[in-house]
Amino acid sequence: MKIIILGAGQVGGTLAEHLADEQNDITVVDEHAATLKRLQERLDIRTVLGNGAHPSTLLNAGAEDADMLVAVTDSDEINMLACSVAFTLFRTPTKISRIRSAKYLSEQTALFKSGAIPVDVIIGPEQLVTKNIEQLIANPGSLQVLDFAEGRIRLVAVRALAGGPIVGRELQEIREHMPRVDTRVAAIFRSGGDPIIPQGSTVVEPDDEVFFIAAREHIRSVTAELRTIDKPYHRIMIAGGGNIGSTLAERLEKHYQVKVIERSYDRCRVLSDLLEDTLVLHGSGNEPLLLQQENIENTDVFCALTDNDESNIMMSMLAKRLGAKKVITLITNAAYIDLIGDDIDIAISPQQITISSLLAHVRKGDIGNVHSLRRGAAEAIELTAHGDANSSKVVGRRLDELHLPTGATVGAILRGDEVLIAHDHIVVEEDDHVILFLADRSQISAVEKLFAVGFGFI
Amino acid sequence: MQFAMAFKIIGVLLMLFSSAMLPSLFLSVIHRDGVESAFATGFGMTLLAGILLWLPTRSLKRDLNIRDGFLVTALFWLVLGVFGAIPFWLIPSLNLSGAASVFESISGLTTTGATVITGLDALPQSLLLYRQLLQWLGGIGIVVLAVAVLPMLGIGGMQLYRAESAGPSKERKLTPRITSTAKALFGIYLLLTIACAASYFFAGMTVFDAICHAFSTVAIGGFSTHDASLGYYDQNSILLISSFFMVVSAVNFGLHFIAIQRRDIRVYTHDSETAFFLTVIALATCVICVLLVLTETFNVEDSLIHGLFQTISIATTTGFTTQDFSVWPLFLPVLLLMLSFMGGCVGSTGGGMKAMRILLIFRQGVRELRQLLHPNAIIPLKIDSRRVQTEIISAVWSFFAVYMFCFVSIWLALLATGLDFPSAFSAVAATLNNLGPGLGKVASNYAGVSEAGKIILCLAMLMGRLEVFTLLVLFTPAFWRH
Repeated sequence: MKIIILGAGQVGGTLAEHLADEQNDITVVDEHAATLKRLQERLDIRTVLGNGAHPSTLLNAGAEDADMLVAVTDSDEINMLACSVAFTLFRTPTKISRIRSAKYLSEQTALFKSGAIPVDVIIGPEQLVTKNIEQLIANPGSLQVLDFAEGRIRLVAVRALAGGPIVGRELQEIREHMPRVDTRVAAIFRSGGDPIIPQGSTVVEPDDEVFFIAAREHIRSVTAELRTIDKPYHRIMIAGGGNIGSTLAERLEKHYQVKVIERSYDRCRVLSDLLEDTLVLHGSGNEPLLLQQENIENTDVFCALTDNDESNIMMSMLAKRLGAKKVITLITNAAYIDLIGDDIDIAISPQQITISSLLAHVRKGDIGNVHSLRRGAAEAIELTAHGDANSSKVVGRRLDELHLPTGATVGAILRGDEVLIAHDHIVVEEDDHVILFLADRSQISAVEKLFAVGFGFI
Repeated sequence: MQFAMAFKIIGVLLMLFSSAMLPSLFLSVIHRDGVESAFATGFGMTLLAGILLWLPTRSLKRDLNIRDGFLVTALFWLVLGVFGAIPFWLIPSLNLSGAASVFESISGLTTTGATVITGLDALPQSLLLYRQLLQWLGGIGIVVLAVAVLPMLGIGGMQLYRAESAGPSKERKLTPRITSTAKALFGIYLLLTIACAASYFFAGMTVFDAICHAFSTVAIGGFSTHDASLGYYDQNSILLISSFFMVVSAVNFGLHFIAIQRRDIRVYTHDSETAFFLTVIALATCVICVLLVLTETFNVEDSLIHGLFQTISIATTTGFTTQDFSVWPLFLPVLLLMLSFMGGCVGSTGGGMKAMRILLIFRQGVRELRQLLHPNAIIPLKIDSRRVQTEIISAVWSFFAVYMFCFVSIWLALLATGLDFPSAFSAVAATLNNLGPGLGKVASNYAGVSEAGKIILCLAMLMGRLEVFTLLVLFTPAFWRH
């Protein structure tokens, strides 16, 4: 597939990296020659220097026969305009754009259609991040929560704790503990080793990062197997009242006791007008006195969501030391994510989330959902099985007969409205949505090949 | 002449007001009850005075400025109060002094409902109708005043209701112009009156009584055609009807308008003031009913019905009575009097300080407590999800302070006229809040108050009705300076 990526920033660069690995023709457009040069040294891609919205630049980048345009420059306006230009002049079939400003997003349905601004897919990183954090808070104990099939099936990552009923025991005992709950453990990551593809006899150890798939209503009971019961969260403190902070507070305030700390007095006033039940505090999340005054030791979740990575990290560590039960930290710089220690429970990377979301739309074939896990090393994807027993290597076969690459596990199958948690004896039917977990991202092409309808069989 | 426009308006008002005596004159002539001359003279004098004021200024065309606004508003009740007193004064059988007549008239127009007349059941119907009509006219005057005029003058936080204020309050802007606003409000007022009169009639009142009581119910006045007030009927259905219409009339008429326009009952539940007002009434009713039962003042059924009716009647500042509540265990009448300080909602015919102001003061108190716990917090004071400006809060606070100061001053003045302690206290509360009946000597009527006392109480009624500041501003030297 021929893909043009506008913007060679963190998102554009990482996206190019992912896609180039998967045998696509990638052209990256940016206004900074140095950034492009660095990218080209690393990756097998074409680069074009210039403003992404200019028709001439787009023409140079090969817009005439491009299959897809992904606009992820820093400017919402350039992104939108580029999509419009590409549509008008080159009839580019698929146009994906990142739109950050909530001002545009609030009029989403009216603005982004072919008569107005022709964007096919909108990626709003802040919305995605907010939703992500919201789910982490709604599922206590989880490190990551991923939705499939409109949220009816979830893939959840949980750190196992000593004391959980299943910890120190074989996985197959889960069935005995909870006969009514159907779940599938997709992978276990143990520190300093390769991911473990779980068998019934695999023993869960404390501190394992366990990925399991279950229906939404069972998430809590499965989590409780791996940890002692996590009480639902009540008290949330958010440092940073920017777009993410305020939207998150707005969504949470009806169900939780929410406090928002914001440095700018004017912004505080705006927030206090906007939010109904949230307590808006004027100050900074790195003042120990303010945190103590506001009862940080009884806070269930502390979210550091300012636009400054260093501040976020430091105030998260401070909050954790002062007694916050769990801290969620927004970190933009991918390099930092590997540096942070145990003090930070969950690091959220807007880039990672944006890329996951972009990948889902860019990938060829019938991939419905893609979630990047463990900083991009692993992936969870939703694939549709096509064809029949003759033309497909998947349809009509039992799950244990599939020739999946190592590290790939089927987690669940969505058949019509029915959710089937994967068991060896289940037979894949046509149009099933298969949810797969890939412990190693490089296996993606092998899996895609497996699901592709092979004409040679006819 | 600086206030020429004000005089022109007052002239027109007097001419219009003179027609209020016509129905009574008509009734009097039909019944040959001997008070025709009083109404005829009253009509003639009022019309003449109106023409005299209007004639020299009739060609004047100028926009009213804010001073004219204050003057017209204050003079409206004062001048009409004086002219409205003429029939009372002229009827020999009533034997009222000038001060007493003015008291009765102002009590009617301000929808207070305090009376100096006894033996109502024996009075001619024409006179009874006139009293009720005074309250009804006063009521519509108050609604228009509260919705259209006071917000513009910006008294005691009423700028909150200013039609042109930005934000979600836009819906307060009923219809663009004052005249059409007034017409819309009058329509609702008339509709309520008709509904109320019909309900009373079907519950068993005579046509005359039904209309008369509908007038004073919707106006939250409290005048009755019987000495025993609504207790005369001894019929629970009438008390329930009355309670319902008193509550409806104590809710912002602007809100009624919006509710009718959108045909949506949720307008009321979304309004903080109405919600607060109804909550307070409900709580007070519970407390009073329970205490009536516990103190064994009545049996359970009577406790419920009288507790409900009396709480609503006093808390909305109507002042209908079924029972002499002044002889109830002391806590109850005092609690009721305290409730009358809140009164109805802004833009209703109710008196008192208005639920909105009490709500603001209450929320400000809660806010202060939260601020103590969270010194760094930015806590806005919100009504209906929008921030209330600091100036409005301080305006409400100063209104509260001045109201209390007036209360104490008038109370002291009454004590100086020789009235006893509880009577004086309750008389000020009952007149300043435009309630009506008090405790002790003024429990059923004010005939026993001295002449000086009556004049002081007239002042109290006007002050309460004009939201204190409108009247007080006339006493500042700067107001009269060019």
